Amino acid sequence: MNNQEIITEGASIAHGHEGAAEHHAHEHHEQHFIWKYIFSQDHKMISKQFLVTGIVWAIIGALMSVFFRLQLGFPDSTFPIMEKVLGEWAKGGKLSPEFYYALVTMHGTILVFFVLTAGLSGTFANLLIPLQIGARDMASPFMNMLSYWFFFVAGVIMFVSLFIQTGPASGGWTTYPPLSALKEASLGSGVGMDLWLLSMATFVVSSLLGGLNYISTVLNMRTKGMTMTRMPLTIWALFFTAVLGVLSFPVLFSGFVLLIFDRNFGTSFYLSEIFIGGKALPHIGGSAILYQHLFWFLGHPEVYIIMLPGMGMASEVLSTHSRKPIFGYFAMIISLIGITVLAFVVWAHHMFVTGMSPFLGSIFVLLTLLIAVPSAVKVFNWLTTIWRGNIRFTTPMLYALGFVSLFISGGLTGIFLGNSALDIHLHDTYFVVAHFHIVMGVSAFFGMFAGIYHWFPKMFGRFMNNTLGYIHFFITFIGAYLIFWPMHYEGIAGMPRRYYDYSAWESFKHFQGVNAFISIVATVVFAAQLLFVFNFFMSMYRGRRVTTKNPWDSTTLEWTTPIDPGHGNWEGDIPEVYRWPYDYKDDGNGGDFIPQTVPLKPGEEAH
Amino acid sequence: MSVFIIITLIVLVFIIIYQIGKASEYAVVLRGEEKVKSQANAVIAILLLLLFPLGVWGIWECNEIFKDRMLPVAACKTGENYDSMFMMTTAVTGVVFFLTQFLLFWFCYKYQASNKRSAFFFAHSNKLELIWTTIPAIAMAILVAIGLRNWYDVTSVAPAEATVVEVVGKQFNWIVRYPGKDNELGKRDFRKIDDANNVLGLDWTDPHNSDDIVSQNGELHVVVGKPVKLLIGSRDVIHDVGLPHFRMKMDAVPGITTTLWFIPSITTDSMKQITKNPDFVYEIACDQLCGKGHYSMRGTVIVETQAQHDKWLASQQSYYSQNNPSAAPAAGENAKPKTDSVKAVTMK
Repeated sequence: MNNQEIITEGASIAHGHEGAAEHHAHEHHEQHFIWKYIFSQDHKMISKQFLVTGIVWAIIGALMSVFFRLQLGFPDSTFPIMEKVLGEWAKGGKLSPEFYYALVTMHGTILVFFVLTAGLSGTFANLLIPLQIGARDMASPFMNMLSYWFFFVAGVIMFVSLFIQTGPASGGWTTYPPLSALKEASLGSGVGMDLWLLSMATFVVSSLLGGLNYISTVLNMRTKGMTMTRMPLTIWALFFTAVLGVLSFPVLFSGFVLLIFDRNFGTSFYLSEIFIGGKALPHIGGSAILYQHLFWFLGHPEVYIIMLPGMGMASEVLSTHSRKPIFGYFAMIISLIGITVLAFVVWAHHMFVTGMSPFLGSIFVLLTLLIAVPSAVKVFNWLTTIWRGNIRFTTPMLYALGFVSLFISGGLTGIFLGNSALDIHLHDTYFVVAHFHIVMGVSAFFGMFAGIYHWFPKMFGRFMNNTLGYIHFFITFIGAYLIFWPMHYEGIAGMPRRYYDYSAWESFKHFQGVNAFISIVATVVFAAQLLFVFNFFMSMYRGRRVTTKNPWDSTTLEWTTPIDPGHGNWEGDIPEVYRWPYDYKDDGNGGDFIPQTVPLKPGEEAH
Repeated sequence: MSVFIIITLIVLVFIIIYQIGKASEYAVVLRGEEKVKSQANAVIAILLLLLFPLGVWGIWECNEIFKDRMLPVAACKTGENYDSMFMMTTAVTGVVFFLTQFLLFWFCYKYQASNKRSAFFFAHSNKLELIWTTIPAIAMAILVAIGLRNWYDVTSVAPAEATVVEVVGKQFNWIVRYPGKDNELGKRDFRKIDDANNVLGLDWTDPHNSDDIVSQNGELHVVVGKPVKLLIGSRDVIHDVGLPHFRMKMDAVPGITTTLWFIPSITTDSMKQITKNPDFVYEIACDQLCGKGHYSMRGTVIVETQAQHDKWLASQQSYYSQNNPSAAPAAGENAKPKTDSVKAVTMK
């Protein structure tokens, strides 16, 4: 058996024999199962590992949200099923407040870091960077493998923390001290918090190993002719994602280290003048706000770490499936640069009401609202891309369109929250919950789904089922709006987030019906996601086979590889690139696209 | 057991749906791939087009449903400015929202795949880019200008005649301290805190403390039309004084004193009439996750007339005299201690 046959999972092996003869590019040899599937150094396998791990975490994280939504929506009912799954934490079918907060915390941590950071850029940076720039693998396949395994270990530690007696961390995904620093302050601030910090520190290592690899691969390993300005926007987006991560994760790490010190070694970085558990603590002179600065210095770029891959993939998918070049390729790159640079200087808009200097606040207002400009440019460019196109409504295309719709909706509410004078009332209300779930939750997920449906044929040599894809799309799209649109109104009414129960509040108790409605829709949408997972794994083995190298009639390099590429991606030489990635135009032979590998015709102008 | 039954059911339903999906794939092959694909494409295009009016209708319904459930009118001047700025921002973003969403779904329908025409090769236009860079930039500049004017208004220094009240958060209730007759809050030190008789750690050697009134029932009494400045602190973790009816909030951070000031313009009694709700009360909501009782960390603001306020104030006894009975004459005029002022508010 040659490498292709082994690397693909039960998929087509039709071309295997012809590949064997051409394998002179580099050495191939029989690999043991462990080195092929587990400690693999093939970027495509690592990408699948990230994806499958991400899917597992997404199910866990989303299930948590179903549980706490049921509690929130129906505080007077009991759900025996919760007791079955969660045991003591949901005695009698009702969540305890401690565990409610633990679930909220874990839901946030898991979705933000494990799914939308590792699961998203881990999957697509690994899959697409070498394939789309024309490289045989990452700059350091070994580091790439380590990146996955550090992520895996981080996941194991986090998973273990779910089962300890005092429960997992419960101070919110932002884990602000002193709440997270003092064991007396909350059950979850005990061992659960130690494990959380340990897991996240490991996660930072994974993220850095991956990010450095992506950056060096993009900069150094492009094939002949693949200048930076001929790279697909996916690569630009993933490149800036990696830059953001590499520059900001270390700051988060330093914040965590100080927190570990405060928790375990008696330092006072974040602690000052605290009386808790019946006694005054010796800490004086620390600043709880310092942690918030360190946290949000990553926390805000993190939002773009989550958004940029979706933007890149949506650009690629919109262009391919509307058979039109992306509009304003250079404007798209410049706006990505704008967003990346601004991402580093807006973090304190998360802290308008911490009592920081109003003048400092006003600077951050200005910088924050500036981000609306590159974002608007992107939206208008996407709209112009589909204008006068010839749109094929494939599943990835639907998700890319949904991405744009949700990005607009979630982005516009950012204009409210970025303006401190409006934030002062909306801060930490359901308006914020609605805003960030739409924009960096659902919208980012839509970008990810677009990517999965679009590149599934490249990953597994089969298509995902279309009908299921359509059902998944319409339920998720409509459901997402039904869940999050009403939350805006709750937020405008000042309803605080992270409340276990609103029934004692004169100002908020009349939202009970709305909360119940949202919880029902959330449960339905969760079921639709399981349908996706089902489709994903069934199609891996039973999906319709891909019969041509380039099923979407796309221009980029990944579609010039064999249907099931082996380690090394191309048989024979890596193709050379002659043109930009969006030449969706008449090729002179009745086709409507010209791949990047086709030389310019005499007299044809380069883009 | 029931968990397994449910899981089995879900899986079975999925298998059925998957088989239907699979069958439709075979049908595609049988009936000619191109034809079926273009039919499906047309159906999806119509569905997408329908999403827009459906969405507009949904938004309309939402507005109808929530119209009467929102907060009543703002209860202070800056709050009124807040509401008008909010409406203005909603108008600006609303126009962009409906325009872009309409274009998105309309283009989907209008430019669905067709064999009769091909896509228009249109790769860039500096003019268009310039237009949609400049217009958002100008719009943002206007919003920033309005925002900063309001922001500096809200965060400006409180007028000198403002009543100063201290609000201190602890897990999970609010402690309010009034300066008493001398109009001055005395020093406090967290090391002197004793939950039995000195919840704020007041320094009894400071004479300013002897007449300070401490209320542990979470009630903040303020006078209508008179500026009030809150000095906000925390005993343990970060809390947040959220005042939805006054459209403002501020964190309570241990080790730091933050402030907030406003001029309440509507009394609680008038608000009961405005809202037609006899139970109406201004609430202080903790807006920063502070532990398991976060959701129950509730305080109230009682906005009253000067006369009502004076009467209430007269009935209060200084914290010093409550906890040092022998020294009672130093402050309170033999007013009996109010029972509710020693009972902490916790709901569960």
